[in-house]
Amino acid sequence: MPKIIINNKEIEFENGMTVLQACELAGAEIPRFCYHERLSIAGNCRMCLVEMEKSSKPIASCAMPATDGMNIKTNSVMVEKARKGVMEFLLANHPLDCPVCDQGGECDLQDQSLYYGFDKSRFKENKREVKDKYMGPLIKTIMTRCIHCTRCVRFATEIGGVTEIGAVGRGENMEITTYLEKSMESELSANVIDLCPVGALTSKPYTFEARPWELKKTETIDVMDAVGSNIRVDTYGWEVKRILPRLNNNINEEWISDKTRYACDGLLKQRLDKPYKRENGKLVESSWDEVIKITSSKLQEIDKECIAGHIGDMQSMENIYSFKCLLDSIGVSNFDFREKPFFINPENKINYIFNSSIKGIEDSDCIVLIGANPRHEATMVNARIRKSFVNNKIPILSFGNPGDLTYEYKIIGNSTEDIKKFINKQSPYSDIFLKSKKPIVIIGESALELQSGGYIFEEIKSFLIKNNFINENWNSLNILLQNASSVGAIDLGFHGITKKENFNFFKKLNDNNFKLLYLVGSDNLDFIKNDKFIIYQGSHGDRSAQIADIILPSPAYTEQNGLFINLEGRLQKSNRSSFPPGISKEDWKIFNLLSQQLKNSDLFKNFNELRNNALKNIKDHSDYDLLPNTSISKSKSIPTDYKNENIIIKEIDYYFSNSIARSSKTMSDCRSVRSKNLKQRTGT
Amino acid sequence: MSLKKVHDKQPDDFEFTKENLETANRILKNYPKDKKKSAVMPLLYLAQEQNNNWIPLAALKYLGKLLSMPYINVYEIATFYTMYNLSPVGKYFVQVCTTSPCLLRGANELVKTCQNKISKKQETLSENGLCSWTEVECLGACVNAPMIQVNKDYYEDLNKNDMEKILESFMQDKPLKPGSYRGRLSSEPEINEKKPNGINNA
Repeated sequence: MPKIIINNKEIEFENGMTVLQACELAGAEIPRFCYHERLSIAGNCRMCLVEMEKSSKPIASCAMPATDGMNIKTNSVMVEKARKGVMEFLLANHPLDCPVCDQGGECDLQDQSLYYGFDKSRFKENKREVKDKYMGPLIKTIMTRCIHCTRCVRFATEIGGVTEIGAVGRGENMEITTYLEKSMESELSANVIDLCPVGALTSKPYTFEARPWELKKTETIDVMDAVGSNIRVDTYGWEVKRILPRLNNNINEEWISDKTRYACDGLLKQRLDKPYKRENGKLVESSWDEVIKITSSKLQEIDKECIAGHIGDMQSMENIYSFKCLLDSIGVSNFDFREKPFFINPENKINYIFNSSIKGIEDSDCIVLIGANPRHEATMVNARIRKSFVNNKIPILSFGNPGDLTYEYKIIGNSTEDIKKFINKQSPYSDIFLKSKKPIVIIGESALELQSGGYIFEEIKSFLIKNNFINENWNSLNILLQNASSVGAIDLGFHGITKKENFNFFKKLNDNNFKLLYLVGSDNLDFIKNDKFIIYQGSHGDRSAQIADIILPSPAYTEQNGLFINLEGRLQKSNRSSFPPGISKEDWKIFNLLSQQLKNSDLFKNFNELRNNALKNIKDHSDYDLLPNTSISKSKSIPTDYKNENIIIKEIDYYFSNSIARSSKTMSDCRSVRSKNLKQRTGT
Repeated sequence: MSLKKVHDKQPDDFEFTKENLETANRILKNYPKDKKKSAVMPLLYLAQEQNNNWIPLAALKYLGKLLSMPYINVYEIATFYTMYNLSPVGKYFVQVCTTSPCLLRGANELVKTCQNKISKKQETLSENGLCSWTEVECLGACVNAPMIQVNKDYYEDLNKNDMEKILESFMQDKPLKPGSYRGRLSSEPEINEKKPNGINNA
């Protein structure tokens, strides 16, 4: 390995590293603004200047490739002077806004001017002033503060896949602007706020809300989709002020989607804080004793065959498991987690998770989407696919039309007949697929929802097994589930799937067989109420609470501890960061109360007992934060129906997909801006 | 220099004329097929020539589509380079060089003349709409300083009187001839000594 001398210390480095990376390896800190590990190198802030032997001028370490035998100094007088000079220039046009700037306290410019800057300014002329730009409902701009690092421009182009931000003009007059001053059409747009090293791009909903040092920070897991992005929740009192991404290279790298970040204001609105019951068609306030009594008597009275349970999209493993235990104890067998009738084969873990893993997407050399729109169904997975596409220019093929995915792909079929041809090697694209070494097939819920959903899944699986694409080293079969609770619910057996019939629950629901429906945080289930008695247990007064007869308030995902399994089968801990409003009770405690009323015994003694029991029931469980130890079953598939039909990818209302997002003002702003942009483009 | 102003009144459409489209295709042939966007600068210039010496936003969009590159990138390039005009200029677009050699030889006088004859501020049209002027950096004719460029022609070796006459001629739409105004042939030496072999300035 080549060697480099940094501050008189010789270290080895890998070929292809820059001087800055080598310096970091040697433990020498280099200040920087424009350089970012995950973005291309711009080299325009000049903050990372270091001294190189035999060079009369200091060099920009971020843009200079390290070579064997270089002698670098990062603490010499020359470097110090250079940094001071650069800092003075950067601050020449930077306003003295710090006391009223939202970036204050977590500002790179502030910190670095403290450590590397010059103590006073010699700039006597007028500072320049730049008009603020409109960048949508999420990003507040104060462009006078901009130091032209172009991180936002590079992020939008390279990672977001939307070339909508650019730098216009030149020199001192350079300005960062969006395409015709409209909001960025990306689900990752708000990440530019984190990237901005100064206060030019700040969070609009968080404007003047709090200072970073006042907030309590809790590391936890996101539940807006099945990806399980790692987040940090910042709270002030009980209010969740903001959500920031946490680095996890296996899942979300250091980005999160706008929904993850900004649905949090929904946690403050439309909350259920007291138990309610319906009297004469109106919901009236009630007490815990009363609602527990009504609920348990209803559960006792009604025939067990006519009672059904449904678990919502953001429920933890503990909630699912304790709910199942409650239903089991009273002999109810009608329950499900699915919001739409899509086919699932729960026999083996590889049948319902994203086996290639999110990181594995980067190694893939061919991606086939079947009835999936990863951009809206799992934004971070889509970002990974784009990364893979940009780095390796891999072919991406799609059955069905998912719309703009921020990268190029080819639609190779619109009907199940096309999939059949693909499997039977009659399609010209079968060859591309079979020749690839690490292909990925991503089956979306929309495809599994088709009448031939079962056929598609089983045939694709046996096709992959036949061609040795499912083996110990690589598993090409991927199911893209949309809800954070889905994999956990399948693992714990919270579904009414039998070998013969996949849709027991939905058949009975549509035949109006149920008299009592117990919904735990479930707001997206589509059904007609008729004369059903509906118990809603959840955090938000959303769709289901409106039709409920009994409302049992429980905390939202930031307000209770829980385990979540993401779509890869990775088990992660979600931590309580705030407390719920009013007198709501944790879900498992509500089930305990009901069990006491019904059976005179607790379901669980404490939360730990519940968690341990739930853990025991996880299939192929390995450890926290790790992928599961899946075993490959080559069992013969269940024969399923085939019908020639069109693959329609169901558009999900991205900004309104769950009860928290629907209560959020920020999300509804985003939604109306998006639909306005859409109308302008189509001209309707 | 300040950030270039984009004109308020923009035409709705822009398209290359038939001849210009042919020229554009000829320019495109100079570049590899997958590097089409390399042609953006000559094509912007072509668009500027076609549209009375200024580029409307519609043209930027049109070029973005033609070269399959994002609109914002075309916009960035058009705002970066000073020789692309994003708002209308006069039929006679006077560019006064004010870089050091011209400045030493009296370019300031020329600027003042422009202010008096055309318009107080640069980059604004004269009252009759025929002329506009701007200060530019070195135009590479330092030997003939001070000088101005009008559209594609150079007027060189100027002084205040010549400049007044020239501008007057533009304002009346009867342009005077370009070239040196001290009777020089291109940039020949100024002292006309007769050489022994009888040739001037050899």
